[in-house]
Amino acid sequence: MPVSTVKSQTDDVPALALASVGRRFGALVALQDVTLTLRHGERRAIIGANGAGKTTLFNTVTGDFPPTSGRILLAGRDITKMPPQARTRLGLRRTYQTPLLLDQLTVRDNFYVAVRGIRGGRLQLWRGADAGADEQEVLRLAELTGVLPLLGRRAVEISHGERRQVEIAMALAGTPDVLLLDEPAAGLSPGDRGTLTALLRSLPSSITIVLIEHDMDVALGFAEFVTVMHNGRVFCEGLPAAIAADQRVHEIYMGHRHG
Amino acid sequence: MTGSLSPKWTGLACLVALVFFPWFATPFWIVQIGAQTMILGIIALSLVWLAGYGGMVSMAQLVTAGLASYVVAYFGVQSDPALGFRLPWGLNIVLAIAAGTAFGIAVGLIAVRCFGIYMIMITLAIAVGFFYLARQNMGFFNAYNGFHGIRAPTLLGLSLRDPIPFYYLCLLCGISLFGFVVAAARTPLGLALQGIRDNPRRMQSLGYNVAVHRVVAFGIAGFIAAIGGVLRVWYAGSVSPGSVGVGSSISILMIAILGGMTHPIGAFVGALLFNLIQNFAIDFIDRERFNTMIGIILLAIILFMPSGLVGLVDRLRQDDRRGDRPPRQTAPNASQQSPKIKEGNHP
Repeated sequence: MPVSTVKSQTDDVPALALASVGRRFGALVALQDVTLTLRHGERRAIIGANGAGKTTLFNTVTGDFPPTSGRILLAGRDITKMPPQARTRLGLRRTYQTPLLLDQLTVRDNFYVAVRGIRGGRLQLWRGADAGADEQEVLRLAELTGVLPLLGRRAVEISHGERRQVEIAMALAGTPDVLLLDEPAAGLSPGDRGTLTALLRSLPSSITIVLIEHDMDVALGFAEFVTVMHNGRVFCEGLPAAIAADQRVHEIYMGHRHG
Repeated sequence: MTGSLSPKWTGLACLVALVFFPWFATPFWIVQIGAQTMILGIIALSLVWLAGYGGMVSMAQLVTAGLASYVVAYFGVQSDPALGFRLPWGLNIVLAIAAGTAFGIAVGLIAVRCFGIYMIMITLAIAVGFFYLARQNMGFFNAYNGFHGIRAPTLLGLSLRDPIPFYYLCLLCGISLFGFVVAAARTPLGLALQGIRDNPRRMQSLGYNVAVHRVVAFGIAGFIAAIGGVLRVWYAGSVSPGSVGVGSSISILMIAILGGMTHPIGAFVGALLFNLIQNFAIDFIDRERFNTMIGIILLAIILFMPSGLVGLVDRLRQDDRRGDRPPRQTAPNASQQSPKIKEGNHP
């Protein structure tokens, strides 16, 4: 396992660690005994069929639905019971399966809100002395994700592919430590998919990225390490090549019953 | 050209008209129409701030103003010697506005976990509760009688009770609060509030404490409504349970709908229309039929222009502009013509 390559003292503490995390919705067990360790800067893909618990896993990590059992550590800090906004301020960001933007605001204002959310002064009734720095950060995000021409448009007016780019840009405000991407390639045209993959590859290596992906080619092409989920549990983990060759993984994907 | 309907020139023209209007008008027009429109507009503005920017429809804005009116009466000059304190009017106003703001925060704390229709219901319950409390409580509200003989103060020899000074006071407050709301919408707090209206869950994952923002928005709305309440009690000279009845609370909602909640100016446009109908319906039909008439107009507005009169003007302006604007070059896609259709609902 490449997980245990210890380089320095800081690398000792995983960027994100889940210890037997579970989540129930009433009688339904959506997630059970999930244990994961991600080192700093890792690119991890999580794959699995519909209903495997991938998005629920993200929701427990971000606090959208806190876990009902287990513990979650972000850079060694226990965040299990923290509200979502506190986790975000600690360097955790996410995108959603369907891009969630602030639809009536312009793309520029979407970015501004994202930047302010990280920088603080969220209740200010003035823009403050650092307005120039905020604007620069907005422009940096737009440039990084190639959406500069969209800044003046309202979020509701732009296309699905553009919404993806904008949402990822918002998640990059203030440079996160851990970035969770929920099916970023879903519903994209082949052209948009290429742009997205290039964008993901260009992100700083300091960011730990976890990617949920249905498309095995995208997932296996991007990730250094792959976790396969099945029925709310971790089914197996391994290097992309090993996962691609694993017959059992193919059976899960094809919908065959697995014993 | 767009000159005829450009917001800058229309705004300037309105401002000039509002400033010079008392030169030509009778006291009835100055006070009954002018000042009262501003007062109703200010109270409706507090609702437009909450509903238009925050997506929170509060039925408790009128009683928030009503509480401020009662504080002005109880802690100021009024005709019942057995009740209240005679504080200097400056202190009195500060107290009234503080009480309104605190009440707004309290309403916010109660309503903050509710969305949509549930928030309307819970704030309506607060409004109804306030009315009955005012009618039954002797110690502070003076029950059925309420307070009478309340007078606007005299400032540097200028009696604010006189039509023209009072009109200018209301105009000044109205314009200042309007400007405040417009400016606030572009600040971190205002943008966050609009973000919460669009997508509370998204805002959480961007680092915002949604509940705190909503309560603060209610506090600001309470502040605006309280100023309206102070002016309202000076205007009427009295405050009683009748001033804080459910009917009046609904009127504020009607004003906001008539004018439109997409822009703060809607509060004042709606107030003017409402006030004109209220005063002149008697000339067309029976006084008793005012509710029928305002009801029909409200229905027509909801059916034919869902974003109120402001929405109608916006639409006209867009049509006007479409003719002389070059087609967009960047990223053509089908949604441009119909921005209301939500994209991106792919599984």
